[in-house]
Amino acid sequence: MDRKVVVPGDLLSEDAKRSGEGTFIRNGSVYSLLYGLANFRDKINVIPLAGKYVPGPGDNVIGVVKDITFSNWIVDISSPYDGLLHISEFPKRIESEEMSKYLHIGSSIMARVKDVDPTMKVELTLSDRKLGLIRAGRVVEISHTRVPRLIGKGGSMIGMLKKELNCAIFVGQNGRIWIQGGAEDTDLALKTISLIEKEAHTSGLTDRVVAYLKKEKGARS
Amino acid sequence: MIVMDETDISFFKDGLRLDGRRADELRPVKIEVGVLARADGSCYIEMGGNKVIAAVYGPREVHPRHLQEVTRAIVRYRYNMASFSVEERKRPGPDRRSYELSKVSREALEPVILTSFFPRSVIDVFVEVLQADAGTRTAGINAAAVALADAGIPMKSMISSCAAGKVADTIVLDPMKEEDNFGQADLPIAMTPSGEITLMQMDGGLTPEEFHQAVELAMKGARDIYELQRAALVKKYNQMTEPSQAEVHACD
Repeated sequence: MDRKVVVPGDLLSEDAKRSGEGTFIRNGSVYSLLYGLANFRDKINVIPLAGKYVPGPGDNVIGVVKDITFSNWIVDISSPYDGLLHISEFPKRIESEEMSKYLHIGSSIMARVKDVDPTMKVELTLSDRKLGLIRAGRVVEISHTRVPRLIGKGGSMIGMLKKELNCAIFVGQNGRIWIQGGAEDTDLALKTISLIEKEAHTSGLTDRVVAYLKKEKGARS
Repeated sequence: MIVMDETDISFFKDGLRLDGRRADELRPVKIEVGVLARADGSCYIEMGGNKVIAAVYGPREVHPRHLQEVTRAIVRYRYNMASFSVEERKRPGPDRRSYELSKVSREALEPVILTSFFPRSVIDVFVEVLQADAGTRTAGINAAAVALADAGIPMKSMISSCAAGKVADTIVLDPMKEEDNFGQADLPIAMTPSGEITLMQMDGGLTPEEFHQAVELAMKGARDIYELQRAALVKKYNQMTEPSQAEVHACD
């Protein structure tokens, strides 16, 4: 795969059809919008090295309740925009007065972005069995730009991690990750995630992570 | 301090300037990317005697709320000079000059930032001048552009900035303090690498021919600075990948 470091305004291709994420078209040519790594495939995508998470519909996120209004929980999703969780999106029918009984300020939740409107009002939902209040386990935060690497192509990396580490893992697109399992397994999971975050833009990462896990596990037994 | 009389200064000696530069030469430039851990993006730049640090925060929530724009992000730019940045202590805090420079510098960068990607948010740029030696606004804009890229903010292109001046009836690139203070004109510009000018100011007087010559020279300087900005960003990426591997081995 052909990759290159680019800065904003770099010419990537003369063919406007190859414009992908992180690029724009001017006078029929494709230019980079971001400082990051350009991937030259059919489409040219530029993957940023930094930046803030901007929620999109369907994203899984991990948030922390920071305020409660008459019918909404206001949730920090480590983004410039707060998430709104309406009382009707709670899996159970509850009264407005009892909202803080179920989710109080400081509660961590796994949620899904239901909709984002053009003014960036972010609506969250909990209506899925795997979503809801986090009662146990650990949450770590990485840069959201590294999340695609943690998941891997078609979920290859995260599937491997869940199996090898014997942990339940929930990856939020906003860079927060929930892990639950045995104490040793969780520690190893945290170390592995920080390894992936550091080496996110190197190739052959999955193989290296497999080798790393094998070595760490061998040292343990 | 030696009392200088405007009449008895010679700006050139054997065809070279006071600091030994040719008329079309830049002062040495040093750029470092990502120097601040708390900022989303940052850059430290030295252009000759100028030492400037830029920090970018955001996009983030706008405070106070009434400044918020529903369809786009707003850009705030604060240019500030440290009290110790000049020979005579500068009274700290914003003044007429820094308000003006903040405004023109913001307007130099805003056209390339894709503010429509982040409605109802703000991108804050802070530029602190630690040491001044003529041309702090250009140094500030150069640092801010790199810091914006470092923060992962989408931009249509980079912005590079450079000044040209006139001393002893000669057009010179990147005037230093003596040339700026006792010269005949100063013309800072900021532009994209493709040559679209986003800032142009002039102090002093130039004939139309001199003006064209000065703009051409400043644009050449800005293009050279663009290459240095680019190189600094590429270097940061390369450093990011290499030492991390060493760190992982140290954990074993």
